[in-house]
Amino acid sequence: MAVEPVLRMKGISKSYYGTKVLDSVNLSIMPGEVHGIVGENGAGKSTLMNILFGMNVIHSTGGFEGSIEIAGQPVQIKSPLQAMALGIGMVHQEFMLLPNYSVTENIKLNREVLKPNLASRIFGPRLQSLDYDKMYADARKALKRLNIDIDEYATIAGLPVGYMQFTEIARELDKEHLRILVFDEPTAVLAESEAAHLLEAIKEIAAAGIAVLFITHRLNEIMEVCDNITVLRDGRHVVTKASKDTNVIELAELMVGRSMEFAGRKQHYSHKGRPILEIKQLTVDMPGERVRGVDLTAYEGEILGIGGLAGQGKIGIANGIMGLFPAAGDVKVAGTPLPLNNPSASIAAGLAFVSEDRRGVGLLLNSSIEVNIASGAMFGKKEFIKTWGPFSQVDQAAVRENAQKLIGELDIRCTGPRQLVRQLSGGNQQKVCIARALTMNPKILLVSEPTRGIDVGAKQLVLDTLRRLNEELGMTIVVTSSELAELRSICSRIAIITDGRVAGILKPDDSDVNFGLLMAGQPISKGA
Amino acid sequence: MQSRPMTTSETMLQGRMASARSFLVRNMVTIMFLVLSAVGYKLSGMTPFLFLMDIVARLSRNAFLVLALIIPVMAGMGLNFSIVLGAMAAQAIVIFVTHWGFAGLPGILLSMALVTPLAAILGYLTGSLFNRTKGQEMIAGLILGYFAQGIYELVFLQLVGGIIPMDNSTIIMSSGVGVRTTIDLTNGLKYGLDWPGQYWGNDLLLRPTLPWAIIGMAVALAVGIVIYQLRVDKRQRLGSTQLVLAGIGLAWACWWSVQQIQARTQINWIRVPLLTWLVIAGACVGLHFFSRTKLGQDMRSVGQDRHVAAVAGIDVNRVRIAAIILSMVMAAWGHIIFLQNIGTFSTYGSHEQVGLYSAAALLIGGATVARATIGHALLGTLLFHTLFIVAPAAGRQLFGDAQIGEYFRVFVAYGIIGITLAMHAWKQILQRRSVDQ
Ligand SMILES: Nc1ncnc2c1ncn2[C@@H]1O[C@H](COP(=O)(O)OP(=O)(O)OP(=O)(O)O)[C@@H](O)[C@H]1O
Ligand SMILES: [Mg+2]
Repeated sequence: MAVEPVLRMKGISKSYYGTKVLDSVNLSIMPGEVHGIVGENGAGKSTLMNILFGMNVIHSTGGFEGSIEIAGQPVQIKSPLQAMALGIGMVHQEFMLLPNYSVTENIKLNREVLKPNLASRIFGPRLQSLDYDKMYADARKALKRLNIDIDEYATIAGLPVGYMQFTEIARELDKEHLRILVFDEPTAVLAESEAAHLLEAIKEIAAAGIAVLFITHRLNEIMEVCDNITVLRDGRHVVTKASKDTNVIELAELMVGRSMEFAGRKQHYSHKGRPILEIKQLTVDMPGERVRGVDLTAYEGEILGIGGLAGQGKIGIANGIMGLFPAAGDVKVAGTPLPLNNPSASIAAGLAFVSEDRRGVGLLLNSSIEVNIASGAMFGKKEFIKTWGPFSQVDQAAVRENAQKLIGELDIRCTGPRQLVRQLSGGNQQKVCIARALTMNPKILLVSEPTRGIDVGAKQLVLDTLRRLNEELGMTIVVTSSELAELRSICSRIAIITDGRVAGILKPDDSDVNFGLLMAGQPISKGA
Repeated sequence: MQSRPMTTSETMLQGRMASARSFLVRNMVTIMFLVLSAVGYKLSGMTPFLFLMDIVARLSRNAFLVLALIIPVMAGMGLNFSIVLGAMAAQAIVIFVTHWGFAGLPGILLSMALVTPLAAILGYLTGSLFNRTKGQEMIAGLILGYFAQGIYELVFLQLVGGIIPMDNSTIIMSSGVGVRTTIDLTNGLKYGLDWPGQYWGNDLLLRPTLPWAIIGMAVALAVGIVIYQLRVDKRQRLGSTQLVLAGIGLAWACWWSVQQIQARTQINWIRVPLLTWLVIAGACVGLHFFSRTKLGQDMRSVGQDRHVAAVAGIDVNRVRIAAIILSMVMAAWGHIIFLQNIGTFSTYGSHEQVGLYSAAALLIGGATVARATIGHALLGTLLFHTLFIVAPAAGRQLFGDAQIGEYFRVFVAYGIIGITLAMHAWKQILQRRSVDQ
């Protein structure tokens, strides 16, 4: 029996200000199918999905060409509201949550359960009261479908990013008549265990007959859940393959358009310098990532890795040191005690931080790439500023030069340093965040999840850049990551955090068994 | 290594200290004004009788206008200085209603009914303008106020009496064209709401004495709290500390009132305009109810993030226009309440300060450009007008010149708006920077 595709996009083209970012892309997906879309940062994945969801950015920049059919019917999708009415749901690459609302209010955003009252009978339905009891019940149901234990009464602000992500997904699931669900890099902010959880949920959603479009840079995930995979490169449709007919290496090559070398990097161990960052009994009150007494020392000139499972507290360490969450304990930078709970003191002490929560936050979206890259050093350290007696002026030439250098090093895909950050793809925005931290030329660079949301090709570039900073400038780097392979490829030592404490410190070439044991909270016999 | 690990409760204690500090910082303005008012009161040497009489009048006069500012803040549009337009609409209608000879409560009700469509149209236009100047609503509202002033003057100085016929020698200037600079509402709308009994010669109806009014309010509040506790979800109920504090406050107020009644003090001469206070209370209940309706929720959603709200399918522009319409209508009603209490007004000047003074009152109550509650509005009105009352007297006592207190008061009113707006901008920069890091 010939089932009709629930969605067919034909010959989709889109230009932004004269630059073609999508060029006659075709896509078709069956009910209950999980369809992966892969491509480098800036390949046009989010743009394609924004077209499907009728986002305003598309229509305010001249619309698009091509046609869309839902269940065989040609449709014009001019607004998100229309897309929702057609049964399309989307988990956007950047968060679409209201921070002061509870989880429930976000899940039911603009779909609140209403009950009539006297005023609404007189003045119309917009004055109906919210039925909070029913809303909480619905939210609980949607969260239950995801098998996740989030308090539906909790306020979004202050929740760990993983929880925010699941809240967004629950919101989409709660929509009735959902036929197509788009995930734009849902796992980019999730730790591995959370991501695995999400993949399970995706499979169940598809089993219920909903078509799922899944965008991610983690090719293993694509291989695991997708039935078919579409590869985009520079806005063009390269190929659509059944996932059983391909493999990760082939996908990566198709994405980048050249063959990739996946040779493991050779390890290097830097000598132990003097202790530069001494952490004693650090506790951090970060919801979902509590640190309960960490002792850890980083030596000058090394790359120290911090790994561990999600929720065990590894993310909290850097956040606590930078004063972003309430912290207590003893932290010394180069022998000088660091006042805690004071972000500017941390900056002044020569620390710079690339947060794990980077999706759009902290960037001045309406400023140029070069200004963003320089902004940290400009505000924090008064660099890039020329002074003429009492007057000061931004040193444009230096700002430009620095931006150009980093754009090359990190392969930021843009039209030039003057382009607005708002116009960059999500992954390229993240590279700008990294570039900004590097520009601050810190004594110690704290990086959390450096390669999240960054495509395979650029991943290597980011890791290489970190390594080069370390080797050439002797910068001490503390990398927090949930990808063990990544830590093992660049770090000299890796601390594994379990239950808010250091379970042990391993060398990158220690056996997988030892890593596994520490993460599971088991002691290992041989001291590291 | 052997040092004792920090327990969770210690981290919590630190957190609590930090939150106590941030409570002080957040409410700095309100606390400062509490102190200023208390000191000013002491210095002024006023008797409680004089002070209370004045504050009762000023509260009933101004509270409604301040409440009119809450909804636009909810919708993320900041302080709505365009309520000056609502005040002008109210004056226009009051002039005509006075000309037609309506008086008392019927006159007030007629004015409110007539001003509603006018204010709604003005609100629609203003809201449409604000939709083109998103993010600049406050400054756009101020400018709009000056612009509207021009039109208003044109109409009432040049057209009324001329093109718009109005044959009334107490309203129209002797030249036959243009409205006089002051309009007297005595024997007209004056006290129409405050004291409706005056027209049928009943002194007591709807004019309880202050102690009895306080006892009545305390009882009403107590009943209200009980109903709230029973109806609302467990998590939103008041905590036991709050309940005990409220209980003590209410009991003390009743005890004080009973004492005044028994001792037959001067305080018993103060009359409370019950109907006006009921209208204000109704507005408070209405606002609370409104914030829990679909439209209210949409406003709060739009107020937090326009982009996210739009993606969720909320018609952002429409919601913003609705917010301004509601605010404008409330402001027009509020200004009618204001005028009937004063009893005389300056045709070309009485509306001018409405926007700034209401905004100052709201801010003094602890509101910010992004968050304002009914409590902020009421507390702010109380504190702002306390200062109004005591400043001149304190100035006379201190410097032998009431004018100095007067200057101080004006300085404070404008200063506080300037400072709050600057602090708001500063906080945004700080927040952005801390996210940066
Ligand atoms: N609002 C915009 N204005 C101008 N150009 C834009 C805009 N949004 C995206 N672009 C450009 O369109 C191209 C495709 O971006 P898109 O966001 O679709 O990439 P992506 O495949 O989702 O990448 P990533 O993996 O980094 O999220 C990029 O070159 C980007 O610079
Ligand atoms: Mg994208």
